[in-house]
Amino acid sequence: MLSEGAEEILEALWIQMEEEGNKPLDLGANRDDPAIEELLKLSFIRIDKDHIHLLDKGKSHAIACVRRHRLAERLMVDVFDIKKKIMDEVSCKFEHLLHKGLEDNVCTLLGHPKICPHGKLIPAGKCCLGKKLKNSLKFVASLDELDLKDKGQIAYLQAKDKNQMQKLISIGALPGVSIILLQKFPSYVLQIGESQFAIDKELAQSIYVRLIK
Amino acid sequence: MLEKFPKKIGYADTLEIYLSRLESLILSEYKISKRSIALLLLQEDQEMMRLVKEQEKERSEAIFKTIQEAKAHYSQPLGYIISQCRQTEASRIANKVMNFKQERKITLKERLSKIMMHPLTGGPILLAVLYYGLYKFVGRFGAGVLVGFLENKVFGSYISPFMIHLVNGLIPSKLLQNLLVGEYGVLTLGVRYAFGIILPIVATFFFAFAIVEDTGYLPRLAMLIDQLFKRIGLSGRAVIPLVLGFGCNTMATMVTRTLASKRERIIATLLLALAIPCSAQMGVILALLEDKPLGLAVWLGVIVGVFLLVGFLAAKIMPGDLPSFYMEIPPLRFPRFSNILRKTASRLKWYFLEIFPLFLIASVLIWVGQITGIFYFLVRILEYPVAWIGLPKEAAVAFLFGFFRRDYGAAGLYDLKKIGLLAGNQLVVACITLTLFLPCIAQLLMNIKERGMRIGMAISVFVLFFSFSIGYLINITLTIIKVHL
Repeated sequence: MLSEGAEEILEALWIQMEEEGNKPLDLGANRDDPAIEELLKLSFIRIDKDHIHLLDKGKSHAIACVRRHRLAERLMVDVFDIKKKIMDEVSCKFEHLLHKGLEDNVCTLLGHPKICPHGKLIPAGKCCLGKKLKNSLKFVASLDELDLKDKGQIAYLQAKDKNQMQKLISIGALPGVSIILLQKFPSYVLQIGESQFAIDKELAQSIYVRLIK
Repeated sequence: MLEKFPKKIGYADTLEIYLSRLESLILSEYKISKRSIALLLLQEDQEMMRLVKEQEKERSEAIFKTIQEAKAHYSQPLGYIISQCRQTEASRIANKVMNFKQERKITLKERLSKIMMHPLTGGPILLAVLYYGLYKFVGRFGAGVLVGFLENKVFGSYISPFMIHLVNGLIPSKLLQNLLVGEYGVLTLGVRYAFGIILPIVATFFFAFAIVEDTGYLPRLAMLIDQLFKRIGLSGRAVIPLVLGFGCNTMATMVTRTLASKRERIIATLLLALAIPCSAQMGVILALLEDKPLGLAVWLGVIVGVFLLVGFLAAKIMPGDLPSFYMEIPPLRFPRFSNILRKTASRLKWYFLEIFPLFLIASVLIWVGQITGIFYFLVRILEYPVAWIGLPKEAAVAFLFGFFRRDYGAAGLYDLKKIGLLAGNQLVVACITLTLFLPCIAQLLMNIKERGMRIGMAISVFVLFFSFSIGYLINITLTIIKVHL
């Protein structure tokens, strides 16, 4: 298992390369870090004079690190309702604890979220493909995954563009609002507060609800 | 002592900083407060951004830069954050004055609502509404009883003979006499049709529609139908203009403005022009086929089939976004009579102010067409397609009329039936083709106004050819399978 420092470096590398335009990481301050040695020995990275480059062998590990970090963030915000201020600090530590399949459980528990609280993509895992949620594991789920008469509070909206977001806001579907699923077929009918609304499946998939038993 | 509520809603701290920064940058005079403008700008309201760019000129660059900075602080769109703050504040205020009872009995209204929204029971309820509201009330009572009374007794026995007598006495010119009280005269046909036929039918329709509307049934219908409508490129919301089309297609085309995307509006306009018979036309068609229930069933089947098929194909061909469906479902309410009367009256008023002059113009156009011979020329041309679908050539006049007034056309067919020139299969084919035929002149003009000249004309040309093609197909099919209706 990699050390925490190594995981952090892999993560930073992947973000640089995938999300900030393929630039390798500056070697700079990390020059004497033992984690660099560790990664070099495993052939996950290579270094030249000033930069660290991610090698193919290290790519899958890097993606897994990013996934764990962002899932941890989601867990903090959705389940534990932690304020954004300390979320970074806590999830930074928590991610290193999510190993050995734990991360897939957390992913399932959260309803296979696709974006982290910062709005960045969460790399998908094996569990996201076979999306059947077992009853005991549901905690946060998108509206279309709920059963009839399920009650909850809206945790967050995951709209595909600004227009969709606008539509959801206009019916009052905002985080914190209580929601009950009344009907699934032929359209989704929900009760938000004291009013009832009908929406289609696409909009229903954008509303993530924290279930209340 | 009343607690003093703050005048402004406090947003997140960072947002407040940017709000005050923006306020200091906006220097021109506007009709609303600077804080409101700043809030609208942060939410990227297009109209406000345009206005500010115009008014602030050089300063607008600094303003937009500030907005970008504010956006960078949050991962969610600012509109979301601002709405959330407002929601929190609204809940806080509401919680101070509202108590929620935990135990809630299910009322009769809620039970009825559930029945309406259930897919199995919703269908029969819709059929019941259509049968009693549309067929019995508008069709039998409006188009049958009221029209019979107004057209035959009031106009037929009193007003028309009086008019004819008056005009023939006062105006020497034969030409003008023909214009006013001739066979297709402004007074004898135009006014008679407007008041004797259209008025009772459309009035009964608007009345029934107002009742259905006020109960809150329509959103529930929209909810049931949304999945089906998605296949034809529309969302459940389109149920409102389409149902209005059964009253008056012209008005319904105007209501298509409420649909969200251009694609939806075009498809709805196309379907209204093609397959939705207006109440005036429907009244006469029901009269034409009243002794042939099987014929009526065939007519209904073909129209519904064409509606779904063309809608499906149009949805495949037209580029654009898929429609989204979201609609509030209000609680069921017992409609208030005063509201219904007011709604019906205002719709009737609109109808007469907008549509009635067009029908007078139609009479004038027919008169001009007759004098110049264009009329007979067009009839001769129409005789070909009419013969082609198996109808007698006399029906060509009815179709030409059908363009000016849908019910003129259907009534023309009725006359042919009375003298025995049109029977059996021909009657059904004629009804089908006439229903699908070109929209009436008022609707055509509205199509062009709402969708533009290009699309309006394209729809009309398509409808023209398609209606006769379907007539041909039905005729051939009925002959081949040896069905005699």
